[in-house]
Formats: sequence, structure tokens, C-alpha cells
Amino acid sequence: MKPFTYERPGDVSTALALVAEIPGARFLAGGTNLVDLMKLQIEQPSHLVDVSRLPLRDIEDTPEGGLRLGAMTTNSQVAADPRVRARYPALAQAILSGASGQLRNKATTAGNLLQRTRCAYFYDTTKPCNKREPGAGCAAIGGIYANTAIFGASEACVATHPSDMAVALTALDAKVETQSGSGEARVLAMDGFHRLPGDTPHVETELRPAEMITAVVLPPPPPGGQIYRKARERASYAFAIGSMAVAGGKVALGAVAHKPWRAEAAELALTQGASPAEAMAVELKAARPDGHNDFKLKLMARLGAACLTTTGAGDGQ
Amino acid sequence: MKTSFTLNGQAASLDLDPRTTLLDALRENLGLKGSKKGCDHGQCGACTVLVNGRRINACLSLAVTHEGDEITTIEGLAQGEALHPVQAAFLEHDAFQCGYCTPGQICSTVGMLQEAADGWASLATQDLAADTVLTDEEIRERMSGNLCRCSAYPQILAAIRSAGGVA
Repeated sequence: MKPFTYERPGDVSTALALVAEIPGARFLAGGTNLVDLMKLQIEQPSHLVDVSRLPLRDIEDTPEGGLRLGAMTTNSQVAADPRVRARYPALAQAILSGASGQLRNKATTAGNLLQRTRCAYFYDTTKPCNKREPGAGCAAIGGIYANTAIFGASEACVATHPSDMAVALTALDAKVETQSGSGEARVLAMDGFHRLPGDTPHVETELRPAEMITAVVLPPPPPGGQIYRKARERASYAFAIGSMAVAGGKVALGAVAHKPWRAEAAELALTQGASPAEAMAVELKAARPDGHNDFKLKLMARLGAACLTTTGAGDGQ
Repeated sequence: MKTSFTLNGQAASLDLDPRTTLLDALRENLGLKGSKKGCDHGQCGACTVLVNGRRINACLSLAVTHEGDEITTIEGLAQGEALHPVQAAFLEHDAFQCGYCTPGQICSTVGMLQEAADGWASLATQDLAADTVLTDEEIRERMSGNLCRCSAYPQILAAIRSAGGVA
């Protein structure tokens, strides 16, 4: 690791001011992704502002009948919460299908959203990557790595977002609450929080410099069934090669794009009476596989149809 | 940077480079070599320790973040000569070959049994509202963060099955 300095402020406003003032400063939450990337020198912060103990660790009921997940709630804590399990089973399943018990005990709600891609070429510092070094090129295009995007990729980047949790949050129409050093607070829709790569794949979210996620807010659970299902290359403890969350009539796909992919074409088709298989076929018409990742078309067609059938999302909603 | 925590019931104070992981602090600064460095990237579980009763990967956690925490390593599980029930179960069921992953497997098991006792679900849990029952499928899923290159999984499973509920 490159040398850095460290401090642990006691309140949110101090943490925001520190990251705003110190060049190269970064927030440190659970560290399960950031510390790993620092070891590889892919991330090289000059200063770490430890926010893991800030008073953002509660899960609260909202007046609207939803839940507010503090930014520093752990993945384990959210998945174990009886309210989450009863009202947002797709979220509990998504979190529990990610990482391992040890990692979920450290990883946080905010950190999960801000984790970087697991594209093999992002991790291979001997190869060019536009995320690591803007303008360097993309070794994944034409490379031998198959877990790449089939939706929304660009000439600059074909990486996918690795989170399971974020896919469920997208189907659940969650909102991301943020705060800046200036005191400004914003609310961003989950579906618009992560960006497609375009020609700036190193800019992964709509967060501004030194802006911090303070909470993720779940609206009241939608009527209808919920599910999160994930396909991967071993039975447990592996990143998705395709996943899907359904919550009522909302559908989101994982491991197919630079962001959790809201399947609006499939949703619309379902409302017009399409069968689960037909709805997935409509969505996948817009997919652009690259030769290596063609398998994702069949995978997502089958996975998606199974999820929609299980939840009854096509049954007259 | 000055950092203090409780390690296996004893106070520990260190002056650390902030880059030091908890795993390196335990092994290199405090001389406790039981926690193992396998992958050093949170992929194998050999470094698993308990922090405030919960299992984590010590390799992915900076030691300076653990100010005031209660840390338990494999060295802190036995009571004098009396092995922890999970340690005894691993011996009884021959749940290892080379032994390199064993401290992590045992610490992870202790943490996992507490999670189950607290009613936490896993991906293998069919009914998220039901009480936790540690079937073999549940144990395998909950222990997937600990790899064993010797593939002693059947014996590890048997050991955990017999130790279930005693943590």
C-alpha cells in the first residue's frame, strides 16, 4: 500500500469537511473493497477518514411505511432485520447471496453501493483500463473475460456493477440520501445513482466530490411477490454472472450492465399481458452481446422467466 | 499511530503504521501466528477472527480502525487446557489435513453459530420468518467464506454439525 494518514472524526459534518479539504482524502467504511484495492495500489488515497462509527448505523421506520437504512448499517445487520425479512425479502435474499458471512459483517450499505467493478482487467494493473487510467484503453474489449455487460456498454468500458444488494434496491425503487460539506442534502433515485460508462467510465455514480451517502430509504413494499435470484460459477461466495430482482411489477437485472439494469421494457410488456418468457425476450432484444458473453442472453431469459413466474409478476398487474 | 484494543481478554497497545492490517498486527506485532495469511484479499477466510463477537476477515481490516474493540483469535478460544467445544469437535472429527485453514475455520464456526443463535438467516434459509435450523445445507452456505484446499469439507461439516448450538 502507498502510505496514507488516518483519522476518525466523531460527526458527519467534520468527516465531510475533512474529505472536502484534504486532496486525495477518501471515506473509509467497512473497507472490504477499498482496503483490498489499496493493497493492489489501484486505489491510492492520501488520507482516510473513517466514517464507520458515525451515528448512521440505525434502521428506522419512516412515516410513509418504509425503512431508512443508515449508511453505516452492515450488510449482515440489514439482512437480519425482521422488518427487512418480512417486508423486503428480495433485499434480504440479495444481500445474503453476496460475499461471505465475514465480509457481510464488515461491509456497509453505502460501501456496497460504491464498490468497484470486479472486471478482471480492472484488477490486472499490467493491462490498460479506462477506469484506472482514463484514456488508457480497455483490455476487456476483445479480451478473454466473459463477465461483461450486454446492456449500455461503451467503446471505453464493458465492465459490470458487482453488487447484488443494489439490484434489489433498484427493483424496490429505493432512494439514496446524501450530504455535502456545504450542508446541502440531496435525494437520488437508485435507478439514477449509478451511471452508464459512456466515455468517462471512471465516474461511476452521480455523487459529487466529497459528497457522502447518509442513508438508503425504502418506500413501502409494493403489492405483489418479491424475489432475488442469482446465477454464478460456484454454488456460494462468488459474484453474479447474471441476477434478477422482482418487487411487485418492478424488475431489475444484475451483472449485465455498468449499473443495476432496470428492465422497463419487460415491465411494460408484463402490463400488456406478455408471458414471463415473452417479457424477457422483449427486454433482451436491446442486449448487445460481444461474442464472449453471449451466454448471458440464454441465462437471463431463463432466469428472468423463472423469477417472473415465481412472483406472479405477469398475472394481471 | 497509537491503537489500543482488547486481545483475547488482555489489553493490547500498539504504535502502528496506518497501513497495518489487523492480521499483520496480530501476527507480526503481537506474535500471535494462529491467524493465517492465505490470500490476503478476503477470498479464503484463513484470517478469520472475532471482533466484538462477530467474525471478520482480519486481512481486509486496518488495525487502527479497531480502537477499543474486543478481538478474539484462535489463541483465545480455549479456557486454559480445556479446548473450546468447536476446537474439540474439529479434533474429534479429524476436520483438517494440512491444518492451514483450520484456525480460520474454527473462528468462523464460532461466529457462525452465534449468528444462527441470534436468528440470522442465510441464502439457504427457505422461510425468512422461520427459526434457524442448522441443516447441512445451511452450514455449507454459512461457511462458504472459508476455503480448504485439502478439501476436508465432509469432516469440517461433521465437526460443525456436532458442535452446533454449543458456541
